[in-house]
Amino acid sequence: MMDILGLAFKNLLRYKRRSLLTGLLITVGVVAVIVFVGLSGAFKEAIVGQITDAVLSHLQVHRRGYMASIDNLPLDRMIPAAAYKRLEGVLQANPAVTAYSPRIKFAAMLSNYAQTTNVRLNGIDPAKETAAVPLLPSRVRHAAEPGRLLQPGEVLLPEVLTRGMEIKTGDTIVLVANNKDGSVNGMTFTVAGEVESLMGPGGRDGYLHIDDAAALLRMETMEISEVAVRVKDFDGLQAIADGLEAALADMKTPRDTPLFELHTWEALSPFYNVVRMIDLMALGIQVILIALVLISVLNVMMMSVYERVREIGTLAAMGTSPGRILSLFVAEGFSLGLVSALVGSALGMGALYVCNLVGVQVAFGRAGQLFTLLPRIAFGEVVLTCLIVLAVSVLASLQPAAKAARLEPVEALRHV
Amino acid sequence: MDIVVFDNVTKAYRSGEVTVDALRDVTLRIPEKSFTALVGPSGSGKTTALNLIGCLDQPTRGTLTVAGQAMAGMSRRQGAAFRGAHLGFVFQDFSLLPVLSVYENVEYPLRMIRRMSKKACRPEVTRLLASVGMEDQADKYPAQLSGGQKQRTAVARALVGQPALVLADEPTANLDGQTAQKVIALMKRMRDEFGTTFVFSTHDPRIMEQAEVLFHLEDGRLVDTQAAPGEVDR
Ligand SMILES: Nc1ncnc2c1ncn2[C@@H]1O[C@H](COP(=O)(O)OP(=O)(O)OP(=O)(O)O)[C@@H](O)[C@H]1O
Ligand SMILES: [Mg+2]
Repeated sequence: MMDILGLAFKNLLRYKRRSLLTGLLITVGVVAVIVFVGLSGAFKEAIVGQITDAVLSHLQVHRRGYMASIDNLPLDRMIPAAAYKRLEGVLQANPAVTAYSPRIKFAAMLSNYAQTTNVRLNGIDPAKETAAVPLLPSRVRHAAEPGRLLQPGEVLLPEVLTRGMEIKTGDTIVLVANNKDGSVNGMTFTVAGEVESLMGPGGRDGYLHIDDAAALLRMETMEISEVAVRVKDFDGLQAIADGLEAALADMKTPRDTPLFELHTWEALSPFYNVVRMIDLMALGIQVILIALVLISVLNVMMMSVYERVREIGTLAAMGTSPGRILSLFVAEGFSLGLVSALVGSALGMGALYVCNLVGVQVAFGRAGQLFTLLPRIAFGEVVLTCLIVLAVSVLASLQPAAKAARLEPVEALRHV
Repeated sequence: MDIVVFDNVTKAYRSGEVTVDALRDVTLRIPEKSFTALVGPSGSGKTTALNLIGCLDQPTRGTLTVAGQAMAGMSRRQGAAFRGAHLGFVFQDFSLLPVLSVYENVEYPLRMIRRMSKKACRPEVTRLLASVGMEDQADKYPAQLSGGQKQRTAVARALVGQPALVLADEPTANLDGQTAQKVIALMKRMRDEFGTTFVFSTHDPRIMEQAEVLFHLEDGRLVDTQAAPGEVDR
């Protein structure tokens, strides 16, 4: 076996320039795949990280039916206090859950005594919210006191409102809201800062303390709109979500339907489609690599067989079996693929390493925030790319090799 | 014992409408361990006869037996196996593999056809290289050799694995007169040393002189058989 490969290598070196060019082409393809997969993966990670770490968290639990009308922030589909207690129990008992944050979401009228507008607000527990969406503090600008997100009596307003209404940190504003029975209540708050806007759901909401939200809405017992949950292992999110869903399944409404509904970020954010698009592009570039390898190896092997007809005749006359001749040529294509794939992988990973050193930055989001990408590729992905190249090289060599094996020795020997 | 037996063998080639009888009703016997030449003008059928003996082609009519085996109805793979086990070939243009050294070329049939290990091949390859006087050129590549050296390597390659019969189609045609004589002498010495039957074709009268058995072909027919005293019934 080693001998066939050895002979194949020698034959490849026989046409140095041609093998080099073909190998180079495949190498470039492999480098392109690795760099693209690495960069796009990092980009994807940055987007997903931004979405989940700044607004959504990894998954959310609502009372069943809430999501269907989330756009009007219904107050009649809240999680009752008792049910929330049990939900908390489930979340605390699950070792995969690292943080969770209850939110009271509602719409209010905002007045700065000069103008009035609508605002969507989240009542949060600052410590829990920061644990569930760690990027939230970094979105706050002109904070009243650095390092403090929010305290009772304060409100964080989306920058779109503060800009338009010329509200400054420290200003007093009035929030007026209807509670679920329709009665109106108003309270004054101090502006603690502005929250930078982000694309996607919840990206332009304001924040206030959860106790203030409950008071403004005149809740007798605290009801919760949604619970944002952060998990330890993001890659295992689906399994964790399934586990939580199963654990919550036995909590029923009086009408015996499940009380909760659970959604991962994928279902909550339209950016999931962007992520899928990136994956699709990675797949596309892999398909291009396959075509590249197929065509170049096929071409080089067809030339090889054609040029060596007499030699093949000699080998066959001496008694080399057709199978052996086939494997000799397949080994040649395989060797070409192997060397190119290995060199390409090394160069590709080197290129990613350089990207990491240099620090590739991309702008993302309306605010044009800069992200430094940390491109990397799973070793398995590199191995998979190499295996694809090898498999396609073998596949492409098969036809020319079969042609060589089928040559009639007498005719091959007469060939000049 | 005769290692090759032609019994009324005809080989017809068809090219389009016309069929050419490259061999017509040839009946001949080649004794074992003989040094046999097929001679005749160009187009007389020498290559055709050698291809038939070499199991590279099959007779159109008649029966042909080589080393006790009828040369008919063999599959490609069986043919290859038969050649690998019983036959050696020497080609007019040497046909050494350019990417292999002298040593590796001689080793090839054992490694790639008989699938022996590198270690197991060594004694025989070394012995044959010594026999043909190429032992100090073992690491050279064909491109670095003279024509005579190439053909000596090819003879060693044909003999490795101890085939019963070595076929050589005009083995000296690409060599100058003196070198040709040396290669023929070498082949004869190898016959003496290993007891291998040699069958070769040639145009060259001085090469023919070396043969013990001579078959004259003309236009596909066997027209004359000459044997050195005692050869035919040996
Ligand atoms: N594959 C083939 N197809 C058609 N005709 C063939 C084929 N091979 C040989 N012939 C014909 O058979 C006849 C004998 O050819 P062969 O090659 O055996 O002659 P030869 O004695 O070896 O000649 P030379 O000394 O020139 O090598 C020739 O007329 C040749 O044209
Ligand atoms: Mg001929």
